[in-house]
Amino acid sequence: MMEPHSAPTPKKYSKKPKYSKFSQQELPAWKPILTPGWVISTFTVVGIVFIPVGLASLFSSESVEEAAIRYDDKCLNEIHAQNAVAFIKNDMTNKTCTTSWTVERKMQGPIFIYYQLDNYYQNHRRYVKSRNDKQLVNPASEGDTTNCYPQDKTNGSMPIVPCGLIAWSLFNDTYKFWVNTKSLTVNKKDISWGSDRSHKFGSKVYPKNFQLGGLVGGAKLDENMPLNQQEDLIVWMRTAALPSFRKLYGKIETNLEVNDLVEIVIENNYNTYEFGGNKRLILSTATWIGGKNPFLGMAYLFVGGVSLLCAIVFILLYVIKPRPLGDPSYLSWNKNPGILK
Amino acid sequence: MVDGQFQGKKWKDVKVGEIVKIAANETIPCDIVLLSTSDPTGVAYVQTTNLDGESNLKTRYAKQETQAKVPEKERFIGLIKCEKPNRNIYGFQGNMEVDGKRLSLGSSNIVLRGCELKNTNWAVGVAVYCGHETKAMLNNSGAPSKRSQLETHMNLEIIMLSVFLVALCSVTSVCAAIWLKSHKNELDLMPYYRKLDFSEGEMESYQYYGWGLEILFTFLKSVIVFQVMIPISLYISMELVRVGQAYFMIRDSRMYDAATNSRFQCRALNINEDLGQIKYVFSDKTGTLTENKMEFQCASIWGVDYSSTEASLEHGHQAECSAQVDGKVLKPKMKVKVNQKLLQLSKNSFRNVEGKQIYDFFLALAACNTIVPLVVDTSDPTVKLIDYQGESPDEQALAYAAAAYGFMLIERTSGHIVIDIHGKRQRFNVLGLHEFDSDRKRMSVILGYTDNSVKLFVKGADTSMLSVIDKSLNAEILRATETHLHSYSSLGLRTLVIGMWDLSVSEFDQWHFAFEAASTALLGRAALLRKVASNVENNLCILGATAIEDKLQKGVPESIESLRTAGIKVWVLTGDKQETAISIGYSSKLLTNSMTQIIINSNNRESCRRHLQNALVKSRQPLAASAVPNNFEGFSDAIGTPIALIIDGTSLVYILDSELEEELFELASRCSVVLCCRVAPLQKAGIVALVKKRTADMTLAIGDGANDVSMIQMADVGVGISGQEGRQAVMASDFAMGQFRFLVPLLFIHGHWNYQRLGYMIIYNFYRNAIIVLVLFWYVLFTAYTVTTAINEWSSMLYSIIYTAFPTIVVGILDKDLSKRILLKYPQLYGAGQRREAYNKKLFWVTMADTFWQSIVVFFVPLFAYWGSTVDISSIGDLWTLSVVILVNLHLAMDIIRWNWVIHAVIWGSIVATVICVMIIDAIPTFSGYWAIFNTAATGLFWLCLLGILIAALLPRFAVKYIYQYYYPSDIQISREAEKFANQRVIGGNRQIEMYPIPDGPPR
Repeated sequence: MMEPHSAPTPKKYSKKPKYSKFSQQELPAWKPILTPGWVISTFTVVGIVFIPVGLASLFSSESVEEAAIRYDDKCLNEIHAQNAVAFIKNDMTNKTCTTSWTVERKMQGPIFIYYQLDNYYQNHRRYVKSRNDKQLVNPASEGDTTNCYPQDKTNGSMPIVPCGLIAWSLFNDTYKFWVNTKSLTVNKKDISWGSDRSHKFGSKVYPKNFQLGGLVGGAKLDENMPLNQQEDLIVWMRTAALPSFRKLYGKIETNLEVNDLVEIVIENNYNTYEFGGNKRLILSTATWIGGKNPFLGMAYLFVGGVSLLCAIVFILLYVIKPRPLGDPSYLSWNKNPGILK
Repeated sequence: MVDGQFQGKKWKDVKVGEIVKIAANETIPCDIVLLSTSDPTGVAYVQTTNLDGESNLKTRYAKQETQAKVPEKERFIGLIKCEKPNRNIYGFQGNMEVDGKRLSLGSSNIVLRGCELKNTNWAVGVAVYCGHETKAMLNNSGAPSKRSQLETHMNLEIIMLSVFLVALCSVTSVCAAIWLKSHKNELDLMPYYRKLDFSEGEMESYQYYGWGLEILFTFLKSVIVFQVMIPISLYISMELVRVGQAYFMIRDSRMYDAATNSRFQCRALNINEDLGQIKYVFSDKTGTLTENKMEFQCASIWGVDYSSTEASLEHGHQAECSAQVDGKVLKPKMKVKVNQKLLQLSKNSFRNVEGKQIYDFFLALAACNTIVPLVVDTSDPTVKLIDYQGESPDEQALAYAAAAYGFMLIERTSGHIVIDIHGKRQRFNVLGLHEFDSDRKRMSVILGYTDNSVKLFVKGADTSMLSVIDKSLNAEILRATETHLHSYSSLGLRTLVIGMWDLSVSEFDQWHFAFEAASTALLGRAALLRKVASNVENNLCILGATAIEDKLQKGVPESIESLRTAGIKVWVLTGDKQETAISIGYSSKLLTNSMTQIIINSNNRESCRRHLQNALVKSRQPLAASAVPNNFEGFSDAIGTPIALIIDGTSLVYILDSELEEELFELASRCSVVLCCRVAPLQKAGIVALVKKRTADMTLAIGDGANDVSMIQMADVGVGISGQEGRQAVMASDFAMGQFRFLVPLLFIHGHWNYQRLGYMIIYNFYRNAIIVLVLFWYVLFTAYTVTTAINEWSSMLYSIIYTAFPTIVVGILDKDLSKRILLKYPQLYGAGQRREAYNKKLFWVTMADTFWQSIVVFFVPLFAYWGSTVDISSIGDLWTLSVVILVNLHLAMDIIRWNWVIHAVIWGSIVATVICVMIIDAIPTFSGYWAIFNTAATGLFWLCLLGILIAALLPRFAVKYIYQYYYPSDIQISREAEKFANQRVIGGNRQIEMYPIPDGPPR
C-alpha cells in the first residue's frame, strides 16, 4: 500500500498539519436537541395546522357535486346480457342507449364530464410501452414504429400513425346530453394538457392507416385532423396511473339547476365486457382540491388529532416525570458506581 | 557483465549468476552477493529504506578472498550455493567456492533488491536471486486483509435484505401467475394486454411465451427493478467516508508528533470504525509505553555502584570526550550524563586493579556491539560528530556512554575496530563476533590485542549471563552486582551484565576451528554458531553491570488511566523481565497499590496448572461475594479489589499450547490488568489470538518493533509506533503514529466518531434503499403485477447517485455526536462502541419497521388521494419521487447532531437538485412524462399530499426518538445535553451564551 506521508524528505520541514477549523472538525455548528419544549410545540403546531387544513379540504371535497352513472350494465338489454362480448363485437348491433338523471343540487359550471374505467390496467407494463413518442410529434419519424408491435404496420407494411396498443385501444364511447329536452353543448376543446398539444403531438402529423387491421380496438381518427387537435387521443395517451381512472371527456360550460332532468344518449361501443371492466359516466364540478375525495381531509384530521394527542401526552409525561437535561448524575457510570470493569 | 565487460542492462534482463556492478546511490536491481567494493576492507553501506523503512546505514561485507580480485582483469571461477528463494529479509545462508576454497556467506554478505548503495563508490556482486525470487518481491504479499467488524455484521444484514428481495420478487411473480391464470381467457383481446397478433394475417400470440416463462420473466424483471434493495452504492459510500475520516485523522494536530515530525498515518482504509469498538489493548512496552531513547544511567563495576547524577550534565564534560583525528576534533553526537567520580577514575588510574576493571568495562562497552560509527560534518569544519548507527538503541546508548567516559569507538570494519582511549588511538582485531540472538540473550566479541593476547567480552541479559559467570571467582563482587542489578531493575531500568575472559592460545585455537567450521556450514549454521558461542561464553569473569533508563513516553500514565476508565483492558506484553515490567507497570499507573497481584512464574507444566487453578480460585472469591447483591441493577460496591495478573514467557509456553489456555483466558478476563513479561514475538501473537478467538470483542495491538509485527497483524487493529526500533511495525500496522498517548484521541475521538458515523450511515443506507424499493413494490401490486414503475427510470437511477448520495457521505464524514472535549472528559462514553450502540440487530429491525411505515405513507397517501382520478403515471410518479427524496433527506436531517454549513448545503442542496432533475427530466418532450411535474405541481392536491406524507411519515419516528432520548437516555445523549446546557447552568451568567446560527427552512 502506498504511504502518502512516509516518503523520505531530503529537507527537514514540519509536517505538522495546518490548523483550520475544518480539518480539526471544529466548524461552528447548530446543535439541535429534542427538548420537551421543542417536541411539544412541534406536535402542537402540526395539530394546529393539520386540523384546519383537513377540515378545509374535507369541506371543499364535500362541496363538489358529482354524479356517477354506471352504464356498461345498464346499456345491455336482457338478451345481450347473456353474451355481452358478442354484442359489443358485432358491428351491426345498435349500441345506442339512453339514460337520464335528475340534478339533486345545483351544479356550477363548468361541469366536467369524465368517463371512468375500473379494473382497466392502463399501467400494464405491456401496454405503457406500446407507443412511440417520436412518431407522434415529428412527421419525419412517421415510419418509426419501434415498441409498437403488433400495432406498428398494416399488412401492407405501411406504418400506422399513431402506432401501438395505447392508440389502438382508444376509447370510443360517446355521450350526448339534453337538459329539459334542450341539447347541451359539450366543449371538447382544451380537455388535454396544453403542453401535450404544443410539444408532444405534432401539428403536422396526421393519422395514417389507423384501425385498418383485422381487429379494431377502439375509436377511429379523422385523418384530416393533425394529432395535436385530436384531444381525445391526447387524453387517452396520458396513461392512467391506477387501474381505476377517469379521463376528461369534455366540459359543460353552463350551470345545471336543481331538478333539471338530464337525458344522456350513450354510444356504448367500447369493449370492457371482455375483461370485466366497468364504465361510468361522471359529471362533476371541481374545486381547488380536485374532485370529490374525502380521503386527504380525513387523513389530515387524523394526523392533526394524533399530533395534538401526542402533545398532550408528552406534556403530562413531562409534568409527571421530568428529567433535567444534561444532568451528569444520570450517566450510567454515575448511577452505578462500581460497574467499571 | 558480459564477456569481461560491464554493460548497461535493464533490471528485468539481469539473470542469476551474472556479475553486477553498482555505483554509489544506485538502487540494487536484484539480490546480490558482494564480491568486492571500493572500500579496501570490502565494506559497503546500504540504505534499506525501501525494504524495511529504516534509514540508518547498514554495513555489508565482501569476503576478503574475493575483495582482492578485480573481475575486469582477472578471471576466476566460483560457485555459489545458497538456499531456495524465501522471504526472510534478515537471513541468508550459502557458501561460495573460489579457487578451491569454501567460504561461508551470511546475511551480511548479501545486498537485497531495493536497497541503495551509499558512501561506497562502487560494489561488485553476483546476482543470486532475480525478479520475483528476490526477497523484496517475496515480501510484497502485504499484510493479511482485515475487515471491520461493522462490515462483517453489515454483510449479515445484507444477506437478510437479499432474502427479503427474493421474497418481494417471489410475491410479485406468484401474484402475476395468479393474475395470468385467472385472466387466461381474456388475455387474447384485452386492450391492455392483447396477446393476439393479427398483423400477419394469421392469428398468433406475440411476446407471450407461455405461462411458466412469463412468470420467470416477471421474476427477473422484478429482480432488476428491486435490486436497489441491496445497497451496492453503500460500499462505495463507505469507502468515500473512510477516506474522509482518514483525512481528518491524518490532519488532526493532536496526533502530530513534533519529536519525530510525523503525522498520524492511516495505512488501512477499511477498519476505521473498529477504532471505536476496542475492548482490549495489547501494548508492547519498549518503545511504545517507553520512549526507547535509552539513557545510560548507572554502572556497577567490580561491585561498586556508580550512578550518573543529574548535576553532571551541566559540568562541561564534552571537553574530555573528544578525539583528535587528522587535526580535526571528533565528538559523539549524543551527550550523556556522567558520574564525575567514575570519570575521574576512568581517566587517571587504570593502573591499579580497580582501574583495570574500569578499563575493561568500558572497552567492552565500546567494542562489544555492532555499532557503526559514522562521521558527520558540522558547520564548524574542525569539529566532526560521530554518529553511532546501529540496530539496537541499547548498544547505541552504551557506545555513547563509553565515548563519554573517553572510550570512543572511531572505526569499525569487519576485521578490526579503532577505539580512541583518552586521546590514544588503539587498534584491536576483531577475531570473532557472536551476534545477539534471543535464545542466548547475549552477544560476545573476541578481540585480539596488539600484544597478541586475546580477550572475550560478553554482554547480555542478567539471567543468561549469571548462569555462565564463574561463580567461584569473586563471589563477593558477584553478590554485590546482583544486589545492584536488583535495585536497578526495581527502578525500572534495563540492565545488562558485562563479563570477560582472557582466552589462552589453546582455547582460542579450539574456538577458532569450531567457528570456521560452523560459519561455513550450509545446513543449520545458525544452530552451530549458537553452539560455538555458548561453548566459548563460559566461565566468565564478571566485570559489572549497566543500567539504562528507558524513559516513559509523555502522557503514558494518563493515557493508560483513561483507557481503563473507558473499560478497555490494557495488556502489556514485553520482552523485559518481571521486575522491570512490574516497575514500569507502577510508573505507568497500570498497577496500583490497591490491586491484588497474581504472579504466575513457573518452569513446568504441572506447577503452571497449579498456579493457574489457585489464581482462578482467588479471582473468583471477590466476584462470588458480590454476586448476591449483583442482581438487576444493584451494583454494589462489594466488587473486590481489582486483580492484576503477571505472567511470564516460560509459563506462557506451557499454557498456550495446552488445555490450560481456556483457564488462562478465564483468569485473564477477570483481571483488570495483565502483564506478560519475557514473551517472544510469536507468543505475543498467541496471546492476542487467545483473546480474539474467545470473544467477539475487538482487540488492538500497539507496538513499535519488529517483534511486534506478528501481534500487530494478528489483532483486529494494529497500531504501529514510528519510533526508534525501525519501521517494520509501522509497515505491518493499520495505523501508525508517533506516540502512545495519541491512542487516546485516536480511540476516544476519532474511533468514537468513525464508529458512530459509519454505523448510522449503514443503517440509513439500508433504510434509504429499502424505502424506494418498497414504494416501487406497492405500485407493482396495482399494475396487475407487471413491474411497471411509476417513478421514471432516470429518477430511479439518479436516486442513489444524485438525489440521496451526497448527504449520507457528507454526514458520514462530518457529523459528530459529541465534542472532543466531552469525549476526552468522559472516557466512559467510549463504551457506546464496545456495546455496539450505533449498529446492532435491534436498531436494524426498528429501522426496517420504520421504513415499512414510511413507505406505506409515501405510497398510499397519493394512491387514495388520487384513486379514481385523472392522474397519469408520470404525475403520480413525480409525486412519489419527490416525496421519497425529501422524506429520506428530512429523515437524515432529523438525526444529524451538528449542523455546520457543509451539512446544511448538502441536505437542502440535494433536495433542490432533485427538484431540478425532476424538472429537467420532465422537460424532455420525447419522454412520456413530458411536463407532468409542472402540470401536477399546479394543483393543490399535490402539495397537500406532499406535506401530509412528510409529516405523517416522520411523526412516529419523531415521537419514538423523543421518548427514547428523554426517558431512556443513553450516556451520549446526556453528554450532548450537558454539552449544550451545562456550561450555561453551571457557570451561570458569567459566560456568554453561545450563539447558534438558525438554519434556513427547507426550500421546496
